[in-house]
Order: sequence, then C-alpha cells, then structure tokens
Amino acid sequence: MDFNLTKEQELVRKALAEFTEAEVKPIAAETDRTSQYPKDTIDKLFRYGVMGMCVPKEFGGAGADDVAAAIAVEELSKQCASTGDIVATHNGLCCGPIINFGTPDQKKKYLSMLTSGKVGAFALTEPDAGSDASKGTTVAEDAGDHWVLNGSKIFITNGYVADIFVVFAMTDPSKGTRGISAFIVEKDFPGFSVGRHEVKMGLHGSPTAEIVFEDCIVPKENLLGQLGKGFKIAMNTLDGGRIGIAAQALGILEGAMNETIEFTKSRVQFGRPISKFQNTQFVIADMEVARNAAQLLTYSAASKKSEGKTFTKDAAMAKLFASEACMHFTTKAVQMHGGYGYTNDYPVERMMRDAKITEIYEGTSEIQRVVISGNVLGK
Amino acid sequence: MKYIVCVKQVPDTSGKVAVKPDGTLDRASMATIINPDDKNAIEAALALKDQNGAEVIVVTMGPPPAEGMLREIMAMGADRAVLVSGREFGGSDTFATSQILAAAVNKIGVDEDDIVFCGRQAIDGDTAQVGPQIAEKLGIPQITYAADIKVEGKKVTVKRMLEDGYMTIETQTPCLITAIKELNEPRYMSIGGIFDCYSKPMEVYDFNTLKDDPLIELDTIGLKGSPTNIFASFTPPQKGAGEMLQGSDQEKVDTLVGKLLAKHII
Repeated sequence: MDFNLTKEQELVRKALAEFTEAEVKPIAAETDRTSQYPKDTIDKLFRYGVMGMCVPKEFGGAGADDVAAAIAVEELSKQCASTGDIVATHNGLCCGPIINFGTPDQKKKYLSMLTSGKVGAFALTEPDAGSDASKGTTVAEDAGDHWVLNGSKIFITNGYVADIFVVFAMTDPSKGTRGISAFIVEKDFPGFSVGRHEVKMGLHGSPTAEIVFEDCIVPKENLLGQLGKGFKIAMNTLDGGRIGIAAQALGILEGAMNETIEFTKSRVQFGRPISKFQNTQFVIADMEVARNAAQLLTYSAASKKSEGKTFTKDAAMAKLFASEACMHFTTKAVQMHGGYGYTNDYPVERMMRDAKITEIYEGTSEIQRVVISGNVLGK
Repeated sequence: MKYIVCVKQVPDTSGKVAVKPDGTLDRASMATIINPDDKNAIEAALALKDQNGAEVIVVTMGPPPAEGMLREIMAMGADRAVLVSGREFGGSDTFATSQILAAAVNKIGVDEDDIVFCGRQAIDGDTAQVGPQIAEKLGIPQITYAADIKVEGKKVTVKRMLEDGYMTIETQTPCLITAIKELNEPRYMSIGGIFDCYSKPMEVYDFNTLKDDPLIELDTIGLKGSPTNIFASFTPPQKGAGEMLQGSDQEKVDTLVGKLLAKHII
C-alpha cells in the first residue's frame, strides 16, 4: 500500500496551488458578489490544460489520471468552489462519458473541442426527475437521418456558457431505464435554447441554467454509446463525477480550515489569541481529522477509477463524507470567526453557502447512502 | 536555433534562512524556489519559442535535488535540461560559477542563431554578476536588465530598464540577455507539460564532463578556488516603516522640518 502521490500528481498540486493563489483568490469574493462567470480564469485553465486534463494526448488532453484531476479541483475549490465546479463538471461529466463511451469519430471531434476552449456540460436532471433519474420525460425520436429531441433539463451546471452537452433522453419510454439513450448536443443545433438562469444560495460564479429542446435536430452519429444504454452511461458518469464533488468539498473544507487557523491565531479575546483556547484547538483537531479522512477517501476512489477497478461505493463514500464534513466544518469556521464570520469581509460565509450544494448535487447524501448500503447489504 | 536559459534554485526567503559555519547558506534545510528573475528569463525564451519553434534548454548548477526544479521548468515548456553537479563545484562564488556555467553552455554549443538567457540576479546573492561574466567568458555580446526583447532573424533589439530611464540596444545573435521582472509574466506549469516532463531528456554534467573545457581553470573553481571569501552572514535588522506625509507641499515641508528639529538633526 502506497499513500504517496506520484511526482506528476505533486506537480499538479503545486501548479494549481500557484495558479489559484495568483489567479483565483484575488477575484473569488467578487465572482460570488457579482455572480459573474469567471471566463478569463476558465480560458486560462484551458491554456494550461486543466480543462480536459484527463482527455488522452491523442485528442489534445494531457492524459492525466483521476487523482491528479481530483487534486486540480481540490486546489481551485480552496479559494473558489464555483471555479472548482465548472472544472469538475467539464472534466468529469462531459469529457468523461465521451472518453468512455464515444466512437473514435466522436472523440476526435468533441474531445479536441473540449480541450481547446469549448466548455462542456451534462444534462440529466428534469423538474420531475431528480434523484429518480429514470423518470425523465425528454424524448428523442428517430427521424430517419437524424434525432429530434423535445423536453427540458434543469439545474444544468455550465448551462448558459457550455458549447457541448451530454444529454439523456427517452428513445423508448415503454422500456423504462432501458429506454434512455445519451446524445452529444451542440448549443448551435437547431431547436436548442437556454432557459432560466438559476439564482442560487452559493456557487454564484458557476453558471446554472435550464436548457430546452424544441424539435432540436441532433445528427444520427451523435448518439453516445449504444441505443438504450443511456441510464448506464449516466450512472457510470455520476460515479466518476462524485469524485470531483468529493474533491470540491475537500477543497472548500481545506480553504475554510486555512482561514480559521489564520483568524484564530490573530484574533485576541480575553488577552490572548483565541487559538490558545481549548475550544478552538478541539475544533481545529476535528477539522484536521475530517480533512485527512476526506482526502484519503477521495484519492482512494480516484485511484481505483484510474486503475480500472470498481469504484462506485468508494466514490459514494468519498462524496458523502467529504460533503458532510465540508458543510459541518464550514459552519464551524463561521462560528470560530464570530460576528466577522457572518460578514462578507471574510470568505468563510461564502464557503459555508458553497458547501451546501455538495450534499445535494450529483446524488444527494441520501442517495449516496442508498448506493453504499446497497453495495454492503446486497440486493 | 536554441535558447539556453541559466537558472538557479534559491532559498525561499519568505521562509526560514539558515547559514552554515563557513558562512554559506545551508540550502538543505530551506525550502527552495526558482529564482524569480530566472523565471522571467525562462518565460522570455518560451515566448520566443512559441513564435519561432526554437529549442529551449535549461541549465543549472546545483546539488542533485535541483533536478526537481529542472523538471518543473520542462513542465513549463523547456525541451531539455542540463544539471551541472559535482562536489568539486560546491561553494563556488560568482567568478567560479560563471566559468562552470560558461563551460556547460559551451558544451551544449552556442550557434549563430542562439541566445543565452539569465535572470538579472539571484535573490540569495544579489550580485547580478553571473550573467555578464558568462557572456564575457563565451565572448558574446551581453544586454542586461531587459524589459522588452524583439528577435528578427539575427537582429536582437532589447529595451533595457535602468534606474533613470530606458535604453534600447540592438545586437546580433549569438548574445546573452539578462531578464528583469518587468520583462514578462512567467507562465505556470501546464498539465500536459507536467505529464511529459519526466520523459524529457536531462543530462548531468559533472566535473569530469567539464574539466577539460578551455573556459575552466581548475584552480579557480569551487569554494577553494573562489576569490570571494565570506567572513560572516547575518540577517540585517528590519528597517522601521516609513511615513508618508500628507497635506499641501507647504504643510509637508513644515511637518518634515518639525520632525527633523525634534530629532535635533537640524
């Protein structure tokens, strides 16, 4: 058993830490306040190969492993969870299924776009199909030489900035989950439009929107994977995506912890820095334990994914633990900051707002427990 | 066409600074970084490479762990690296170091279209001597304090930034340029670069590789051969914070005169 990162993974951490400190930290508060998509930052992340980093070299990526990809999201999320989210979604939920299920032609066309400036998204959730993803009503009809999509998807991360969407739609409603298929949809396809932009509690820099298909024409060759295998593709993709969210939650937790350490060392009450009080020390100790545990679970799941092992339960455990630790300890971080923590003069209130979504999206904590217990107890 | 960049691994002066009994830095016990001005030199070479496809070779003299820094620079985009490392080179001052580096550059080979880049100075020694001395030893023109560089064929035009203004100089390749921080914004390592950097070629030049080079005089390298002797190293006391005077010119002069009188300076 080797818990050491590879030299490459260490360098990814160093590169992303430097990038985050210089490029992300200075604008994180403003990104939150203005709900502005951090386009310049994302353009730079394309330039440095972070966007699409797991795409094989032959299609323009770096061929990075999943631990390295988790580290990238973790480092970005220490300062800006929105940036971490945009990257995790692009890499895990859009590049991921095209790498795993795309035809050689689809990979050649779309992966090279997704490594050279075109942003990706993943469209599964519908108003009446959240955790129960099998109840989607978006349909795709076979019209001979093309598909016609009708319906809408909600809460789509990167929704109003993405160029390429992996979309799930019913090709045979009578077959239930076996009637779902996956498609690659470009935003310029006729009949595609972006609907409402969501106003959210946190992740203000991450562009979330409804997307709408009205007789949307999708070329025949844009079916992703086999007909009727869409649900499997979605579940497989979400397994991988959960590692990204675990990494995001871990990053937010680490960011909040760093802020808390700095603040409690300098904040003096009753004649001494509040870090000298045992109450503070115990919270910091608990944060450190949770940080380590979340990190080990996340890297372990990522490592199994890279090795081609089964990682469904591992990803669910990492996502469940990291997101709940993140929510718990960002709340603690605000508490340790006292009244200052409740103001937007300090980043911990933003981190606490950003934390909440990690317990909800890409499978709620409850769904993670269903996945984990299902694996432990059997069917 | 080659761009050879000489770089130095230096202690991170934002951390703890440790000094050995002989007065030299205890580098092993300190965190290290790429010397900041050298990063500007690297960026200058890589930016020109982006335009004309030249090969970028990075050279450093240091202990074996300096390989880590060279890998990072290859992850930024350099094509290959040379680590000049040998116990005989240890403790070299700028005179000795520049001989050794000049010999290393000479072994790589400086052709008609080539440029050697250095940072202006290192944050540990702060001498700004090594770049110019390498140029002298190689017998090529040098342009220091580069704030802007244009290369058109063999013609090199450099805007030098001096304390009292700018000076624009034109020369021909091959030449040596020293970079300052105003020259550019150094790039980060790229993910593709990181996953390639451990398979890029890195050569080690030890004492035996360089000892017969005509630019090296064996009795003027290493700690013993260095004409500079360090008698003591210390951290200078912090200067007090300055004070900016506010108000009109007349008010500022009055305040200043008042303060000088109060301290019995005038």
